[in-house]
Amino acid sequence: MNIRAMAAAFAATVTLPFSAAYATDLEVTHWWTSGGEAAAVGELAKAFNATGNKWVDGAIAGSGSTARPIMISRITGGDPMGATQFNHGRQAEELVQEGLMRDLTAVAEKGKWKDVIKPASLLDSCTIDGKIYCAPINIHSWQWLWLSNEAFKKAGVDVPKNWNDLVAAAPALKKAGIQPLALGGQAWQANGLFDTLTISLGGKELYETVYVKKDAETAGGPEMAKIFAAAAQARDMAKGSNVQDWNQATNMVLTGKAGGQIMGDWAQGEFQIAGKKAGTDYTCLPGLGLNEYLTTGGDAFYFPLLKDEEKSKAQDILAAAIVDPKTQVAFNLKKGSLPIRSDVDLAAANDCMKKGLEILGKGNIIKSVDQLVSADTQKQKEDLMSEFFANASITPEAAQKRFADIIGSAD
Amino acid sequence: MAAHAPTGRPNQLFRNLNAKIASIPMMLVALVIFLGGTLWTVFYSFTNSRLLPRLNFVGLDQYERLWASSRWIISIQNLAIYGILSLIFSLVIGFLLAALMDQKIRFENAFRTIFLYPFALSFIVTGLVWQWVLNPEFGIQSVIRSLGWTSFAFDPLYDPDIVIYGILIAALWQGTGLVMCLMLAGLRGIDEDIWKAARVDGIPMWKTYLLIIIPMMRPVFITTLVIIASGIVKVYDLVVAQTSGGPGNASEVPAKYVYDYMFQAQNLGQGFAASTMMLLTVAIIVVPWAYLEFGGRKRG
Repeated sequence: MNIRAMAAAFAATVTLPFSAAYATDLEVTHWWTSGGEAAAVGELAKAFNATGNKWVDGAIAGSGSTARPIMISRITGGDPMGATQFNHGRQAEELVQEGLMRDLTAVAEKGKWKDVIKPASLLDSCTIDGKIYCAPINIHSWQWLWLSNEAFKKAGVDVPKNWNDLVAAAPALKKAGIQPLALGGQAWQANGLFDTLTISLGGKELYETVYVKKDAETAGGPEMAKIFAAAAQARDMAKGSNVQDWNQATNMVLTGKAGGQIMGDWAQGEFQIAGKKAGTDYTCLPGLGLNEYLTTGGDAFYFPLLKDEEKSKAQDILAAAIVDPKTQVAFNLKKGSLPIRSDVDLAAANDCMKKGLEILGKGNIIKSVDQLVSADTQKQKEDLMSEFFANASITPEAAQKRFADIIGSAD
Repeated sequence: MAAHAPTGRPNQLFRNLNAKIASIPMMLVALVIFLGGTLWTVFYSFTNSRLLPRLNFVGLDQYERLWASSRWIISIQNLAIYGILSLIFSLVIGFLLAALMDQKIRFENAFRTIFLYPFALSFIVTGLVWQWVLNPEFGIQSVIRSLGWTSFAFDPLYDPDIVIYGILIAALWQGTGLVMCLMLAGLRGIDEDIWKAARVDGIPMWKTYLLIIIPMMRPVFITTLVIIASGIVKVYDLVVAQTSGGPGNASEVPAKYVYDYMFQAQNLGQGFAASTMMLLTVAIIVVPWAYLEFGGRKRG
């Protein structure tokens, strides 16, 4: 960082009343509040402040489902922020159609986003009617099994190589007083776990028939019944993990209180911050060690249409900074997610991230459920899954029937 | 017209003109915001609006989906259990506390303050406090276990079958103090002579309360009932703070369904349909009651 940029950033933070001439304040809302996430946001803010503008942090605690309604009502209510995080996919679709979002096509062309952003489906999710409305920042995949090596040592069994091994090891873990599977109580976690089982145990074809073609018959069929049986096993293994937030559940794995957790690659940030080492302290199994496919959902920044010209300019600068290779490396290393471009050097990445990059390189990627179905369908699934995982009296068959209904009416 | 200004009977419209002008803002708020907002919501509940309201009518589809949703059914059941029990318990406990308080005890002020104090807390704080109290690893269960009863189990918030009672306990703890205060005010309003007359006639105290005092306190009971009932229908923050609807869907309530579907699922139509059903439920209970209560008085 050069001295002028430092001075500008300094001026922006200290001499607020006079800084207006040099820097534009841009409020950025997001829901990154856990340790690893906050550190990653810090990198992003640093990169933006270095351009002479000022990042005004608008973190909203309590996960995306709490934060999104606040963001959306601010945008529709006429009090838009400078930029906001959404999962790329269909969450902001209607806001764009209503003309509330800024068109970033010019910035994208200047930065050659079409050529550098890999996989292309990320940019497709940002594109509506040929115009680009969001800047993807990272790729997150759900299909990871995090295991505590210490817990398995204590239970006297080998560290599992895949999901089936973990299921087999569950009785031994229970005997040693260890929770076999950690699962937070929030609905989206149960839902994500289920989708992961669908891809990793059922394979790409089953996943695409259910979520792309939205075929209710397959959703109620024998292939899917296997997934529900596995989900019932997971329910038994997770019984007794009385935590709510995902990072509390990750913490159970971190401290060896639980054997494993199915959680997206953002869990990696927690291991990183705790100073744990992949391979010796913990083990990560992409695709649950079975079908190594990753979904390429993730986060993107959207920029509400503002009247203030200065701020609009600052929005463009932020959009460019997000896709910038340097920011990509700094941000994603801290966050534990994968970068959205393949031309960056991630030598500093740890084993788990390298595994992820390798799968990405092989092209074993699928669109995430967020990209495929509407928020409404996701919510119905969440309702079903959270009920199923909390209440052992619901049979897999009954849950599957309701699931088939949801898929049948999905959009 | 000006020359023939009526001098005999003043125009009804202009009587108490000052008072009428003063109440215009309130009337506008009631008409435009409450009534207008209600009609707008009901109207749009027949559309398939998603994130933003759109005029694309789908008839009763939203209602069909609503009543087919197991989460909504659970919400309604929870509200019924919570509503009936919290009504009964807060009235009974509130009245008993007030009656005990009315026995000319010492330190009445101190007791009154203690009982009313929880009411000063918001439902969010109440919910968080009771989340900790009822947490099996830190709360009551662990305290009792550390005293020696190691098999003692009390974790309502983690048991889908009884979680709603865990919420009820917190709500009663928070709200009974207010009911007690209202009841106490009602008891203090009873003429001392009535007590004396009852004593002269040799009526036992419990009978005096049951047959004389309570019927005389009817207005106080109605006020209390309205306050408790409106609190029941809108219960939301307590659930969010204590269990966020969990485990699973076991402690969901209708107000939370409305919020979740309007904002998280980005399905306004579904949320509107649910809130219209809430309005309808309230109307079904309130309208006949109001008719009996106020309509009857006019005739008599």
